[in-house]
Amino acid sequence: MSVDLGTVRRVAHLARIAVREEELPALAGELNAILAFVEQLSAIDVSEIEPMTSIVPLALPMREDVVSDGHYPDRILANAPEAEGGFFTVPKVVE
Amino acid sequence: MTALNQLTLTQAREGLALGEFTAVELTEAYLAAMEAARNLNAFTVATADKARAMAERADARIAAGEAGPLEGLPLGVKDMFATEGVPTTACSKILDGFVPPYESTVTDQLWRDGAVLLGKLNNDEFAMGSSNETSAFGPVVSPWRREGDETPLVPGGSSGGSAAAVAGFLCAGATGTDTGGSIRQPAAFTGTVGIKPTYGRCSRWGIIAYASSLDQAGAFARTVNDAAILLRSMAGHDPKDSTSVQLQVPDYEDAVGASVRGKRIGIPREYRVDGMSQEICELWDQGAQMLRDAGADVVDITLPHTRYALPAYYIVAPAEASSNLARYDGVRYGARVPGRDVIDMYERTRAAGFGAEVKRRIMIGTYVLSAGYYDAYYLKAQRVRTLIKRDFDDVFAAGVDAILTPTTPSPAFAIGEKTSADPVEMYLNDVFTVTVNLAGLPAISVPAGFSADGLPLGLQLIGRPFEEETLFSLAQAIEEAAGRFPVEDLWWRR
Repeated sequence: MSVDLGTVRRVAHLARIAVREEELPALAGELNAILAFVEQLSAIDVSEIEPMTSIVPLALPMREDVVSDGHYPDRILANAPEAEGGFFTVPKVVE
Repeated sequence: MTALNQLTLTQAREGLALGEFTAVELTEAYLAAMEAARNLNAFTVATADKARAMAERADARIAAGEAGPLEGLPLGVKDMFATEGVPTTACSKILDGFVPPYESTVTDQLWRDGAVLLGKLNNDEFAMGSSNETSAFGPVVSPWRREGDETPLVPGGSSGGSAAAVAGFLCAGATGTDTGGSIRQPAAFTGTVGIKPTYGRCSRWGIIAYASSLDQAGAFARTVNDAAILLRSMAGHDPKDSTSVQLQVPDYEDAVGASVRGKRIGIPREYRVDGMSQEICELWDQGAQMLRDAGADVVDITLPHTRYALPAYYIVAPAEASSNLARYDGVRYGARVPGRDVIDMYERTRAAGFGAEVKRRIMIGTYVLSAGYYDAYYLKAQRVRTLIKRDFDDVFAAGVDAILTPTTPSPAFAIGEKTSADPVEMYLNDVFTVTVNLAGLPAISVPAGFSADGLPLGLQLIGRPFEEETLFSLAQAIEEAAGRFPVEDLWWRR
């Protein structure tokens, strides 16, 4: 499978990465090189094989359902590019 | 007398215990070495004041007879580990200015045991790379050069700063992370020892995530014993990482020097890849002979799905990366580029903040996870991964204790040599190391010989899950037979 410029544009948008039109051809070339490489997997039939979901056979541990951390909004907001009144701020979402 | 910064970590620990020098003196020796090695670009941040304060506290604890296992030993930390109050950026512009209000579990355990933080070490951006050339801080220069040639070489990657700093005597040991070979490949390129433990052995809490099902912390050191000392402090169960296992951490140092008589060592025929150089083949044969001489049995084995490991890796790792790196959106941390609305702000922030290789991997990951392609790519790769793990399970069930392979298909290459339009060329560096991450196994790279042009070459030992001790015993046998590979010419100090 290979990707065309329209697909690269769509994937970039899904990935939330702004890409200029003139960058698309080079990106398509690089992505196609990677896709051609992983295409080697088509040589193998794995339809009967279970996909790996966990490397180490571990049951997920349970813990008490209580608040165990938090109560320090200042530390959490300290790295925010913009914060106001104890909140992260973003550009207006709803008109 | 050997300069303090050129002692091994084991020797430095002994010197401190015997009062031959203080932790402050040892730390000052490293800070001076770091200052004289700025042209290697191994460190992104030097924490000199913090290091001196930590060294003073270490001296006080040594004097009081309360020394921890790493008391006063100066270490470097890969910039993938969150360090409280010390800038942590994964060497990406998108985390520019990020100062974590918390400490990663692994580094927290190092400081608990008395170690001294010298600074943060350069790496490929978000650990995506095999040469340390994708770092927003620029490439790291290896302390090694080819004989009679001043061409700057890569230290490997992604933990290039860690490898260069340990090889160049800029820290006594360092942390690294390994997702597809990011500890073992740079260790091989720099004549250092690099251990990637079993998935689940070290907590991933506070390590910046790249591909969560593959990422594992480990150590760089100048000797096998040094690596064993470091891993003991780094490993252990952590309730904050649900994939960290509840197993006792053995004293790995006890395994160093233990007999390897009767150990069965597998030589996988599939690793004899097309076009592998004569010197790598010879190194591999010599390594097998070293283990035979130490009393091990060497047997041929087969790992039939090896050739599918790298393609599976380049589906699984980017898919997980595209999900993990979704958090860098200009809202909670890092740099923000304004936009006309919130989506536009995300897109501009991420376009400006991520480098080319990171964008490529996020986009490949987004593509293979997108509607209609998930089964064909991601699910298929996870099925292939089951087969790769099964290959190893079968070999271990047949009585093999460890597997010996070359760490890399070549010695270190020059900066800029592999930056062509085809990203796959760089990916092939990890052909011998990615299988281990896909199967979650422990592996160690130990230097074992020189290339024709005088560069160090490494051998990799792959072990059974949670049997790192066997790896330390076998690696020590190789170190004793092959000798150590310290950099002789400190050219960067001139």
